[in-house]
Amino acid sequence: MRVHLHPQGRTLEVAGRRSVGRLLAEIGVLPGTAMVIREDVLLLDAEMVEDDDVIEVRAVISGGGA
Amino acid sequence: MKCTRCRAKAEVHLRAHNAGFCRPCYLGYFRRQVERAIAADRMCTPDERLLVAVSGGKDSLALWDVLIDLGYQTTGLYLAQGIGGYSDRSREKVEAFANGRGLALRVVDLSAEGPGLAIPDVAALTRRSACAACGMLKRHFFDEAALAGEFDVLATGHNLDDEAARLLGNVLRWQVDHLVRQRPVLPPTHPRFVRKVKPLHLLSEYETAVYAFMRGIDYVVEECPNSVGATQLVYKDALNRLEAASPGTKLAFVREFHRTGQPAIVPRSAEDQRPPQTCARCGMPSWGEVCAFCKLVAEIETKRARGMTGPAA
Repeated sequence: MRVHLHPQGRTLEVAGRRSVGRLLAEIGVLPGTAMVIREDVLLLDAEMVEDDDVIEVRAVISGGGA
Repeated sequence: MKCTRCRAKAEVHLRAHNAGFCRPCYLGYFRRQVERAIAADRMCTPDERLLVAVSGGKDSLALWDVLIDLGYQTTGLYLAQGIGGYSDRSREKVEAFANGRGLALRVVDLSAEGPGLAIPDVAALTRRSACAACGMLKRHFFDEAALAGEFDVLATGHNLDDEAARLLGNVLRWQVDHLVRQRPVLPPTHPRFVRKVKPLHLLSEYETAVYAFMRGIDYVVEECPNSVGATQLVYKDALNRLEAASPGTKLAFVREFHRTGQPAIVPRSAEDQRPPQTCARCGMPSWGEVCAFCKLVAEIETKRARGMTGPAA
């Protein structure tokens, strides 16, 4: 599957079916610090993602004002 | 997981509340949380005029959106800070949000204020960090805009994570005068102050991000380039690790501080009882004879007169 990381602007290729929670743990994202989005829908930690999925992991931490 | 309210499939899980919500129920939950925060601390009423400070990020645009939805009279205030492409993109998001909804928006361009106060220029010319200069200039221009526009209330999008990180920093250094002033509502203590409120102070960054996403708000996802290595982010990371191990920690930390910690501190602080003076130069509130803003402007004018443009010696 293709995993787009925002705002880092990086894309990862991850092989194999796994839960969202496991995916986040593998890429070092703490619970509650990012939204996981597939086709304009948020995914819960227990939901499964597949090889042909395109996922956005969007961080929610902000540290500045424009 | 099913929605705690309607039993449909949940789209969001809030560990701190041990609850799940589908999209419609989550949006209702978020609105109710804001309504309760406003009512609990008597932040504002529908007949008052609110100035909403907006940065283009998820928190401030979510706040503006929900205040409109709740029927409040709002005007947006955007401070153009001159931080390169980041500020340009942030301004575009704010203007698109306001124009798309027909909302009133005021823009203050720091590069056109005083001797020219774009954040990179101020940081280069003075000994202040970009974040310190930004914070001080925001406070001054928010106060000035609220006063000039005869607004009753200034609303900011500070969220639970901001408040928890600030509280942790204040506790680690036992900054009692700062702890006394860390409140969701600050009543005006000077004729040139308006009431300042933080309606999102008990809603986490995750919750405001989910609200913004579900409402289709197009916000700036990238962080301010000056925030790299900022102490506040170190505190947020530490708190997120605690939260992962024990959900609800951040909410308990902030909520119980206001319920029990702060009341124990307030009577001991004489600082809190002392109202600000009036700046001898600009007439705005000040903790000395001349306010920090006027001192900064004088310093920049002096250095520019000497031909300095780069970092202070």
